[in-house]
Amino acid sequence: MWAFINKLRSPKWFYAISARLQPWFWAAALILIVTGSVWGLAFAPADYQQGNSFRIIYVHVPAAFLAQSIFISLAVTGLVFMVWKIKIADMAATVMAPLGAAMTFVALFSGAVWGVPTWGTWWMWDARLTSMLILLFLYLGVIALRGAFASRDSASRAASVLAMVGVINIPIIKYSVDWWYTLHQPATFTVTGRAAMPMEMWLPLLIMVLGFYSFFIALTLMRTRSEILRRESSKRWVRELAEEAT
Amino acid sequence: MPASEGSLREGAVMAREEPRGGLAVAVWATLKRDLVLLLRRRSEVLNPLVFFAIVITLFPIGISPDPTLLATIAPGLLWVAALLAALLSLDSLFRADYDDGSLEQLLLTPQPLAMLALAKVAVHWLLTGLPLALMAPVLGIMLALPAGSYLVLAVSLALGSASLSLIGAIGAALTVGLSRGGVLLSLLVLPLYIPVLIFGAGAVQAAIFGDGVLAHLAILGALLALALIFAPLAIAASLRISING
Repeated sequence: MWAFINKLRSPKWFYAISARLQPWFWAAALILIVTGSVWGLAFAPADYQQGNSFRIIYVHVPAAFLAQSIFISLAVTGLVFMVWKIKIADMAATVMAPLGAAMTFVALFSGAVWGVPTWGTWWMWDARLTSMLILLFLYLGVIALRGAFASRDSASRAASVLAMVGVINIPIIKYSVDWWYTLHQPATFTVTGRAAMPMEMWLPLLIMVLGFYSFFIALTLMRTRSEILRRESSKRWVRELAEEAT
Repeated sequence: MPASEGSLREGAVMAREEPRGGLAVAVWATLKRDLVLLLRRRSEVLNPLVFFAIVITLFPIGISPDPTLLATIAPGLLWVAALLAALLSLDSLFRADYDDGSLEQLLLTPQPLAMLALAKVAVHWLLTGLPLALMAPVLGIMLALPAGSYLVLAVSLALGSASLSLIGAIGAALTVGLSRGGVLLSLLVLPLYIPVLIFGAGAVQAAIFGDGVLAHLAILGALLALALIFAPLAIAASLRISING
Protein backbone atom coordinates (compact mmCIF):
# COMPACT_ATOMS: atom_id res chain seq x y z
CA MET A 1 0.00 0.00 0.00
CA TRP A 2 2.73 2.46 1.01
CA ALA A 3 4.77 1.55 -2.01
CA PHE A 4 1.76 2.29 -4.18
CA ILE A 5 1.18 5.69 -2.54
CA ASN A 6 4.85 6.53 -2.81
CA LYS A 7 4.79 5.70 -6.49
CA LEU A 8 1.66 7.81 -6.91
CA ARG A 9 3.65 10.81 -5.69
CA SER A 10 5.94 10.60 -8.65
CA PRO A 11 4.65 12.55 -11.64
CA LYS A 12 6.57 10.28 -13.98
CA TRP A 13 4.91 7.16 -12.66
CA PHE A 14 1.51 8.83 -12.66
CA TYR A 15 2.08 9.92 -16.24
CA ALA A 16 2.79 6.33 -17.25
CA ILE A 17 -0.03 4.67 -15.31
CA SER A 18 -2.64 7.22 -16.37
CA ALA A 19 -1.73 6.56 -19.99
CA ARG A 20 -2.85 2.98 -19.46
CA LEU A 21 -5.96 3.82 -17.40
CA GLN A 22 -7.20 6.66 -19.55
CA PRO A 23 -8.57 4.70 -22.55
CA TRP A 24 -10.66 2.51 -20.28
CA PHE A 25 -12.34 5.48 -18.66
CA TRP A 26 -12.92 7.14 -22.04
CA ALA A 27 -14.46 3.92 -23.37
CA ALA A 28 -16.64 3.52 -20.27
CA ALA A 29 -17.74 7.15 -20.48
CA LEU A 30 -18.60 6.85 -24.16
CA ILE A 31 -20.54 3.60 -23.79
CA LEU A 32 -22.40 4.66 -20.65
CA ILE A 33 -23.32 8.14 -21.84
CA VAL A 34 -24.47 6.92 -25.27
CA THR A 35 -26.48 4.06 -23.74
CA GLY A 36 -27.90 6.25 -21.01
CA SER A 37 -28.89 9.12 -23.23
CA VAL A 38 -30.45 6.96 -25.95
CA TRP A 39 -32.32 4.92 -23.35
CA GLY A 40 -33.31 7.92 -21.29
CA LEU A 41 -34.20 10.26 -24.12
CA ALA A 42 -35.88 7.83 -26.49
CA PHE A 43 -37.10 4.74 -24.65
CA ALA A 44 -37.83 5.64 -21.05
CA PRO A 45 -41.55 6.23 -20.49
CA ALA A 46 -42.75 9.82 -20.28
CA ASP A 47 -43.53 11.14 -16.82
CA TYR A 48 -47.23 11.08 -15.96
CA GLN A 49 -47.08 14.65 -14.67
CA GLN A 50 -44.30 16.35 -16.57
CA GLY A 51 -44.54 14.51 -19.87
CA ASN A 52 -41.35 14.52 -21.87
CA SER A 53 -39.84 17.54 -20.19
CA PHE A 54 -38.67 15.37 -17.30
CA ARG A 55 -36.02 13.88 -19.61
CA ILE A 56 -33.71 16.77 -18.86
CA ILE A 57 -33.09 14.95 -15.58
CA TYR A 58 -30.63 12.74 -17.45
CA VAL A 59 -28.28 15.70 -17.83
CA HIS A 60 -29.31 17.70 -14.82
CA VAL A 61 -28.86 15.18 -12.02
CA PRO A 62 -25.48 13.75 -13.10
CA ALA A 63 -24.11 17.27 -13.53
CA ALA A 64 -25.37 18.29 -10.09
CA PHE A 65 -23.81 15.15 -8.56
CA LEU A 66 -20.49 15.90 -10.18
CA ALA A 67 -20.58 19.57 -9.23
CA GLN A 68 -20.70 18.64 -5.56
CA SER A 69 -18.30 15.69 -5.74
CA ILE A 70 -15.69 17.77 -7.54
CA PHE A 71 -15.71 20.40 -4.83
CA ILE A 72 -15.18 17.72 -2.21
CA SER A 73 -12.34 16.33 -4.35
CA LEU A 74 -10.84 19.82 -4.47
CA ALA A 75 -10.84 19.98 -0.68
CA VAL A 76 -9.39 16.45 -0.37
CA THR A 77 -6.62 17.08 -2.89
CA GLY A 78 -6.00 20.42 -1.18
CA LEU A 79 -5.59 18.66 2.16
CA VAL A 80 -3.31 16.03 0.63
CA PHE A 81 -1.21 18.75 -0.96
CA MET A 82 -0.97 20.83 2.23
CA VAL A 83 -0.16 17.89 4.50
CA TRP A 84 2.04 15.64 2.34
CA LYS A 85 3.19 18.14 -0.30
CA ILE A 86 2.21 15.75 -3.07
CA LYS A 87 2.47 17.72 -6.28
CA ILE A 88 0.16 15.45 -8.24
CA ALA A 89 -2.69 16.33 -5.87
CA ASP A 90 -2.29 19.99 -6.68
CA MET A 91 -2.04 19.38 -10.41
CA ALA A 92 -5.30 17.43 -10.23
CA ALA A 93 -6.90 20.24 -8.22
CA THR A 94 -5.78 22.79 -10.81
CA VAL A 95 -7.49 20.95 -13.64
CA MET A 96 -10.56 19.90 -11.64
CA ALA A 97 -11.67 23.37 -10.53
CA PRO A 98 -12.77 24.65 -13.97
CA LEU A 99 -14.46 21.30 -14.64
CA GLY A 100 -16.42 21.59 -11.42
CA ALA A 101 -17.44 25.13 -12.24
CA ALA A 102 -18.58 23.98 -15.69
CA MET A 103 -20.61 21.14 -14.20
CA THR A 104 -22.23 23.52 -11.70
CA PHE A 105 -23.13 25.80 -14.56
CA VAL A 106 -24.58 22.89 -16.56
CA ALA A 107 -26.66 21.84 -13.57
CA LEU A 108 -27.93 25.39 -13.04
CA PHE A 109 -28.62 25.97 -16.71
CA SER A 110 -30.40 22.67 -17.29
CA GLY A 111 -32.36 23.33 -14.11
CA ALA A 112 -33.43 26.71 -15.42
CA VAL A 113 -34.50 25.19 -18.75
CA TRP A 114 -36.38 22.50 -16.85
CA GLY A 115 -38.01 25.11 -14.66
CA VAL A 116 -39.84 26.75 -17.53
CA PRO A 117 -42.22 23.87 -18.39
CA THR A 118 -42.61 22.59 -14.82
CA TRP A 119 -42.64 25.67 -12.60
CA GLY A 120 -43.33 28.25 -15.29
CA THR A 121 -40.23 30.23 -14.35
CA TRP A 122 -36.54 30.26 -15.18
CA TRP A 123 -35.38 30.84 -11.66
CA MET A 124 -36.69 30.44 -8.17
CA TRP A 125 -34.91 31.15 -4.89
CA ASP A 126 -35.39 27.57 -3.96
CA ALA A 127 -33.03 26.02 -1.43
CA ARG A 128 -31.30 23.73 -3.89
CA LEU A 129 -30.96 26.30 -6.64
CA THR A 130 -29.56 28.88 -4.28
CA SER A 131 -26.99 26.56 -2.76
CA MET A 132 -25.87 25.48 -6.25
CA LEU A 133 -25.46 29.12 -7.24
CA ILE A 134 -23.32 29.71 -4.16
CA LEU A 135 -21.30 26.62 -5.04
CA LEU A 136 -20.61 28.20 -8.44
CA PHE A 137 -19.38 31.36 -6.68
CA LEU A 138 -17.11 29.25 -4.47
CA TYR A 139 -15.62 27.58 -7.56
CA LEU A 140 -15.06 30.96 -9.21
CA GLY A 141 -13.35 32.19 -6.04
CA VAL A 142 -10.96 29.23 -6.00
CA ILE A 143 -10.13 29.67 -9.68
CA ALA A 144 -9.67 33.44 -9.35
CA LEU A 145 -7.48 33.09 -6.27
CA ARG A 146 -5.23 30.58 -8.04
CA GLY A 147 -4.89 32.96 -10.94
CA ALA A 148 -4.07 35.97 -8.77
CA PHE A 149 -0.74 34.76 -7.38
CA ALA A 150 2.50 35.22 -9.22
CA SER A 151 4.22 32.26 -7.59
CA ARG A 152 2.77 28.85 -8.33
CA ASP A 153 3.50 27.43 -4.90
CA SER A 154 1.63 30.22 -3.11
CA ALA A 155 -1.22 29.94 -5.57
CA SER A 156 -1.51 26.21 -4.93
CA ARG A 157 -1.48 26.55 -1.18
CA ALA A 158 -3.89 29.49 -1.15
CA ALA A 159 -6.33 27.63 -3.39
CA SER A 160 -6.04 24.57 -1.15
CA VAL A 161 -6.88 26.59 1.97
CA LEU A 162 -9.85 28.21 0.27
CA ALA A 163 -11.17 24.86 -1.00
CA MET A 164 -10.95 23.42 2.51
CA VAL A 165 -12.69 26.43 4.04
CA GLY A 166 -15.33 26.32 1.32
CA VAL A 167 -16.09 22.66 1.83
CA ILE A 168 -16.89 23.26 5.51
CA ASN A 169 -19.33 25.86 4.30
CA ILE A 170 -21.14 23.64 1.80
CA PRO A 171 -23.21 21.57 4.26
CA ILE A 172 -23.91 24.73 6.27
CA ILE A 173 -25.19 26.50 3.16
CA LYS A 174 -27.22 23.48 2.19
CA TYR A 175 -29.05 23.28 5.49
CA SER A 176 -29.19 26.99 6.24
CA VAL A 177 -30.77 27.66 2.88
CA ASP A 178 -33.29 24.90 3.59
CA TRP A 179 -34.17 26.57 6.85
CA TRP A 180 -34.33 30.00 5.40
CA TYR A 181 -36.61 28.90 2.60
CA THR A 182 -38.98 26.79 4.63
CA LEU A 183 -39.55 29.73 6.93
CA HIS A 184 -41.46 31.45 4.17
CA GLN A 185 -43.01 28.82 1.96
CA PRO A 186 -42.76 25.05 1.79
CA ALA A 187 -40.50 23.37 -0.74
CA THR A 188 -42.33 22.68 -3.96
CA PHE A 189 -39.90 20.24 -5.42
CA THR A 190 -37.24 17.77 -4.42
CA VAL A 191 -35.01 15.56 -6.52
CA THR A 192 -34.80 12.95 -3.80
CA GLY A 193 -37.97 11.22 -4.98
CA ARG A 194 -35.84 8.69 -6.80
CA ALA A 195 -37.24 5.70 -4.97
CA ALA A 196 -40.65 6.68 -6.26
CA MET A 197 -39.31 6.61 -9.80
CA PRO A 198 -40.07 3.49 -11.86
CA MET A 199 -37.16 1.22 -12.75
CA GLU A 200 -37.19 2.02 -16.45
CA MET A 201 -36.68 5.70 -15.65
CA TRP A 202 -34.21 5.18 -12.84
CA LEU A 203 -31.80 2.76 -14.57
CA PRO A 204 -30.84 5.09 -17.43
CA LEU A 205 -30.32 7.82 -14.85
CA LEU A 206 -27.93 5.57 -12.94
CA ILE A 207 -26.11 4.80 -16.18
CA MET A 208 -25.83 8.49 -16.98
CA VAL A 209 -24.47 9.27 -13.51
CA LEU A 210 -21.83 6.55 -13.89
CA GLY A 211 -21.07 7.80 -17.40
CA PHE A 212 -20.59 11.36 -16.19
CA TYR A 213 -18.25 10.16 -13.46
CA SER A 214 -16.19 8.15 -15.95
CA PHE A 215 -16.07 11.17 -18.21
CA PHE A 216 -14.89 13.31 -15.32
CA ILE A 217 -12.18 10.82 -14.35
CA ALA A 218 -10.99 10.42 -17.93
CA LEU A 219 -10.90 14.16 -18.52
CA THR A 220 -9.12 14.79 -15.23
CA LEU A 221 -6.51 12.15 -16.05
CA MET A 222 -5.95 13.65 -19.48
CA ARG A 223 -5.70 17.23 -18.23
CA THR A 224 -3.51 16.25 -15.29
CA ARG A 225 -1.14 14.60 -17.78
CA SER A 226 -0.77 17.81 -19.74
CA GLU A 227 -0.38 19.73 -16.48
CA ILE A 228 2.45 17.34 -15.54
CA LEU A 229 4.18 18.00 -18.84
CA ARG A 230 3.77 21.74 -18.39
CA ARG A 231 5.13 21.84 -14.83
CA GLU A 232 7.84 19.23 -15.24
CA SER A 233 9.00 20.51 -18.59
CA SER A 234 12.50 21.07 -17.25
CA LYS A 235 12.85 17.46 -16.02
CA ARG A 236 14.94 15.05 -18.01
CA TRP A 237 12.26 12.40 -18.52
CA VAL A 238 9.92 14.95 -20.05
CA ARG A 239 12.63 16.20 -22.41
CA GLU A 240 13.45 12.65 -23.44
CA LEU A 241 9.75 12.08 -24.06
CA ALA A 242 9.57 15.18 -26.22
CA GLU A 243 12.63 14.08 -28.19
CA GLU A 244 11.07 10.67 -28.80
CA ALA A 245 7.93 12.28 -30.09
CA THR A 246 9.64 14.58 -32.56
CA MET B 1 35.68 27.04 22.06
CA PRO B 2 33.47 24.32 23.48
CA ALA B 3 32.77 26.46 26.51
CA SER B 4 31.53 29.39 24.47
CA GLU B 5 29.63 27.05 22.21
CA GLY B 6 27.97 25.61 25.29
CA SER B 7 27.06 29.01 26.57
CA LEU B 8 25.77 29.93 23.13
CA ARG B 9 23.53 26.92 23.14
CA GLU B 10 22.47 27.76 26.64
CA GLY B 11 21.63 31.22 25.46
CA ALA B 12 19.58 29.80 22.62
CA VAL B 13 17.74 27.55 25.03
CA MET B 14 17.12 30.48 27.31
CA ALA B 15 15.86 32.58 24.46
CA ARG B 16 13.47 29.80 23.60
CA GLU B 17 12.43 29.31 27.20
CA GLU B 18 12.01 32.97 27.96
CA PRO B 19 8.57 33.57 26.45
CA ARG B 20 7.05 30.72 28.46
CA GLY B 21 3.69 31.88 29.79
CA GLY B 22 4.02 34.81 27.47
CA LEU B 23 1.03 33.94 25.29
CA ALA B 24 -1.35 36.04 27.33
CA VAL B 25 1.17 38.87 27.31
CA ALA B 26 1.64 38.61 23.56
CA VAL B 27 -2.08 38.50 22.85
CA TRP B 28 -2.67 41.45 25.17
CA ALA B 29 0.16 43.40 23.55
CA THR B 30 -1.24 42.69 20.07
CA LEU B 31 -4.71 43.76 21.17
CA LYS B 32 -3.44 46.97 22.69
CA ARG B 33 -1.19 47.81 19.77
CA ASP B 34 -3.93 47.26 17.20
CA LEU B 35 -6.46 49.23 19.22
CA VAL B 36 -4.08 52.16 19.51
CA LEU B 37 -3.16 52.01 15.83
CA LEU B 38 -6.78 51.86 14.69
CA LEU B 39 -7.92 54.58 17.06
CA ARG B 40 -5.21 56.83 15.64
CA ARG B 41 -6.62 56.29 12.15
CA ARG B 42 -10.15 57.28 13.08
CA SER B 43 -11.35 57.60 9.51
CA GLU B 44 -10.82 53.90 8.99
CA VAL B 45 -13.11 53.19 11.91
CA LEU B 46 -15.71 55.71 10.83
CA ASN B 47 -15.75 54.88 7.13
CA PRO B 48 -17.68 51.59 7.43
CA LEU B 49 -20.28 53.29 9.62
CA VAL B 50 -20.75 56.14 7.17
CA PHE B 51 -20.89 53.62 4.33
CA PHE B 52 -23.57 51.69 6.23
CA ALA B 53 -25.67 54.81 6.71
CA ILE B 54 -25.32 55.90 3.08
CA VAL B 55 -26.22 52.50 1.64
CA ILE B 56 -29.30 52.34 3.86
CA THR B 57 -30.26 55.82 2.65
CA LEU B 58 -30.04 54.66 -0.95
CA PHE B 59 -32.75 52.00 -0.58
CA PRO B 60 -35.74 54.23 0.22
CA ILE B 61 -34.64 56.50 -2.61
CA GLY B 62 -34.07 53.65 -5.05
CA ILE B 63 -37.02 51.41 -4.17
CA SER B 64 -39.83 53.33 -2.53
CA PRO B 65 -40.30 55.49 0.58
CA ASP B 66 -43.45 53.53 1.44
CA PRO B 67 -43.07 52.55 5.14
CA THR B 68 -44.97 49.25 4.90
CA LEU B 69 -42.82 48.06 2.00
CA LEU B 70 -39.65 49.21 3.71
CA ALA B 71 -40.61 47.52 6.95
CA THR B 72 -40.92 44.14 5.23
CA ILE B 73 -37.51 44.32 3.58
CA ALA B 74 -35.72 46.21 6.35
CA PRO B 75 -34.17 43.17 8.14
CA GLY B 76 -32.52 41.96 4.95
CA LEU B 77 -31.45 45.45 3.88
CA LEU B 78 -29.89 46.23 7.25
CA TRP B 79 -28.07 42.92 7.35
CA VAL B 80 -26.79 43.09 3.77
CA ALA B 81 -25.63 46.68 4.20
CA ALA B 82 -23.88 45.87 7.49
CA LEU B 83 -22.23 42.87 5.84
CA LEU B 84 -20.94 45.00 2.97
CA ALA B 85 -19.69 47.62 5.42
CA ALA B 86 -17.80 44.96 7.36
CA LEU B 87 -16.38 43.64 4.08
CA LEU B 88 -15.19 47.13 3.17
CA SER B 89 -13.03 47.36 6.25
CA LEU B 90 -11.50 43.89 5.85
CA ASP B 91 -8.87 44.77 3.27
CA SER B 92 -7.04 46.99 5.76
CA LEU B 93 -7.01 44.28 8.44
CA PHE B 94 -3.51 43.05 7.60
CA ARG B 95 -2.54 45.50 4.85
CA ALA B 96 -0.68 48.11 6.92
CA ASP B 97 1.16 45.44 8.90
CA TYR B 98 2.13 43.71 5.68
CA ASP B 99 3.41 46.92 4.13
CA ASP B 100 5.60 47.99 7.06
CA GLY B 101 6.89 44.49 7.78
CA SER B 102 5.39 44.05 11.23
CA LEU B 103 3.34 41.12 9.93
CA GLU B 104 6.59 39.25 9.35
CA GLN B 105 7.63 40.00 12.90
CA LEU B 106 4.30 38.60 14.05
CA LEU B 107 5.05 35.40 12.12
CA LEU B 108 8.48 35.15 13.74
CA THR B 109 7.27 35.40 17.34
CA PRO B 110 7.39 32.12 19.26
CA GLN B 111 3.72 32.46 20.19
CA PRO B 112 1.16 30.64 18.05
CA LEU B 113 0.26 32.83 15.11
CA ALA B 114 -3.37 31.72 15.26
CA MET B 115 -3.83 33.32 18.68
CA LEU B 116 -2.20 36.58 17.63
CA ALA B 117 -4.37 36.64 14.50
CA LEU B 118 -7.39 36.08 16.74
CA ALA B 119 -6.37 39.13 18.75
CA LYS B 120 -6.18 41.23 15.60
CA VAL B 121 -9.59 39.98 14.48
CA ALA B 122 -11.02 40.76 17.92
CA VAL B 123 -9.88 44.37 17.53
CA HIS B 124 -11.41 44.50 14.08
CA TRP B 125 -14.72 43.32 15.47
CA LEU B 126 -14.60 45.73 18.40
CA LEU B 127 -14.12 48.71 16.12
CA THR B 128 -16.22 47.60 13.15
CA GLY B 129 -18.76 44.92 13.97
CA LEU B 130 -19.83 46.22 17.36
CA PRO B 131 -20.33 49.86 16.23
CA LEU B 132 -22.33 48.59 13.23
CA ALA B 133 -24.54 46.56 15.56
CA LEU B 134 -25.07 49.55 17.83
CA MET B 135 -25.85 51.83 14.92
CA ALA B 136 -28.24 49.46 13.14
CA PRO B 137 -31.31 50.16 15.36
CA VAL B 138 -31.12 53.86 14.50
CA LEU B 139 -31.17 53.04 10.82
CA GLY B 140 -33.89 50.51 11.57
CA ILE B 141 -36.09 53.35 12.83
CA MET B 142 -35.48 55.18 9.55
CA LEU B 143 -36.56 52.08 7.61
CA ALA B 144 -39.76 51.82 9.66
CA LEU B 145 -38.63 48.54 11.17
CA PRO B 146 -41.34 47.50 13.66
CA ALA B 147 -40.49 48.33 17.26
CA GLY B 148 -39.56 45.40 19.44
CA SER B 149 -37.11 44.00 16.91
CA TYR B 150 -34.38 46.55 17.60
CA LEU B 151 -32.75 44.60 20.36
CA VAL B 152 -32.78 41.40 18.29
CA LEU B 153 -31.30 43.33 15.36
CA ALA B 154 -28.46 44.65 17.50
CA VAL B 155 -27.78 41.31 19.20
CA SER B 156 -27.89 39.33 15.95
CA LEU B 157 -25.54 41.81 14.29
CA ALA B 158 -23.16 41.80 17.24
CA LEU B 159 -23.04 37.98 17.24
CA GLY B 160 -23.01 37.61 13.47
CA SER B 161 -20.45 40.29 12.74
CA ALA B 162 -17.94 38.44 14.93
CA SER B 163 -18.27 35.45 12.59
CA LEU B 164 -18.04 37.81 9.63
CA SER B 165 -14.78 39.27 10.97
CA LEU B 166 -13.33 35.80 11.53
CA ILE B 167 -14.34 34.39 8.14
CA GLY B 168 -13.42 37.59 6.35
CA ALA B 169 -9.99 37.60 7.95
CA ILE B 170 -9.24 34.32 6.13
CA GLY B 171 -9.90 36.06 2.83
CA ALA B 172 -7.95 39.14 3.92
CA ALA B 173 -5.00 36.95 4.91
CA LEU B 174 -5.11 35.12 1.58
CA THR B 175 -5.14 38.32 -0.47
CA VAL B 176 -2.85 40.55 1.61
CA GLY B 177 0.17 39.75 -0.53
CA LEU B 178 -1.63 40.67 -3.74
CA SER B 179 -1.38 44.26 -4.92
CA ARG B 180 -5.03 44.55 -5.91
CA GLY B 181 -6.80 42.11 -3.65
CA GLY B 182 -9.90 44.16 -2.96
CA VAL B 183 -12.28 42.80 -5.58
CA LEU B 184 -10.91 39.29 -5.23
CA LEU B 185 -11.47 39.53 -1.49
CA SER B 186 -15.19 40.10 -1.95
CA LEU B 187 -15.40 37.24 -4.44
CA LEU B 188 -13.76 34.91 -1.90
CA VAL B 189 -15.54 36.05 1.22
CA LEU B 190 -19.14 36.81 0.22
CA PRO B 191 -20.14 33.20 -0.57
CA LEU B 192 -18.79 32.19 2.83
CA TYR B 193 -20.88 34.91 4.50
CA ILE B 194 -24.20 33.54 3.31
CA PRO B 195 -25.06 31.25 6.27
CA VAL B 196 -24.46 34.08 8.73
CA LEU B 197 -26.61 36.40 6.62
CA ILE B 198 -29.44 33.85 6.46
CA PHE B 199 -29.64 33.30 10.19
CA GLY B 200 -28.96 36.92 11.10
CA ALA B 201 -31.69 38.31 8.87
CA GLY B 202 -33.84 35.33 9.89
CA ALA B 203 -33.60 36.31 13.55
CA VAL B 204 -34.84 39.82 12.83
CA GLN B 205 -37.65 38.49 10.60
CA ALA B 206 -38.67 36.11 13.36
CA ALA B 207 -38.71 38.98 15.85
CA ILE B 208 -41.03 40.94 13.55
CA PHE B 209 -43.41 38.00 13.08
CA GLY B 210 -43.32 37.32 16.79
CA ASP B 211 -41.74 33.88 16.38
CA GLY B 212 -39.03 32.62 18.67
CA VAL B 213 -35.72 34.27 17.95
CA LEU B 214 -33.65 32.12 20.27
CA ALA B 215 -33.20 29.34 17.73
CA HIS B 216 -31.73 31.75 15.19
CA LEU B 217 -29.49 33.41 17.75
CA ALA B 218 -28.36 30.00 18.97
CA ILE B 219 -27.35 29.01 15.45
CA LEU B 220 -25.54 32.31 15.01
CA GLY B 221 -23.71 31.49 18.22
CA ALA B 222 -22.92 28.00 16.94
CA LEU B 223 -21.53 29.45 13.70
CA LEU B 224 -19.43 31.82 15.76
CA ALA B 225 -18.10 28.94 17.87
CA LEU B 226 -17.24 27.00 14.71
CA ALA B 227 -15.51 30.06 13.24
CA LEU B 228 -13.64 30.69 16.50
CA ILE B 229 -12.21 27.17 16.38
CA PHE B 230 -11.29 26.88 12.72
CA ALA B 231 -10.83 30.41 11.36
CA PRO B 232 -7.70 31.31 13.40
CA LEU B 233 -5.94 28.22 12.04
CA ALA B 234 -6.95 29.06 8.48
CA ILE B 235 -5.91 32.70 8.99
CA ALA B 236 -2.50 31.65 10.31
CA ALA B 237 -1.94 29.25 7.39
CA SER B 238 -3.05 31.92 4.90
CA LEU B 239 -0.76 34.55 6.40
CA ARG B 240 2.19 32.16 6.10
CA ILE B 241 1.30 31.59 2.42
CA SER B 242 0.99 35.32 1.74
CA ILE B 243 4.30 36.14 3.42
CA ASN B 244 6.20 33.44 1.58
CA GLY B 245 4.65 34.17 -1.81
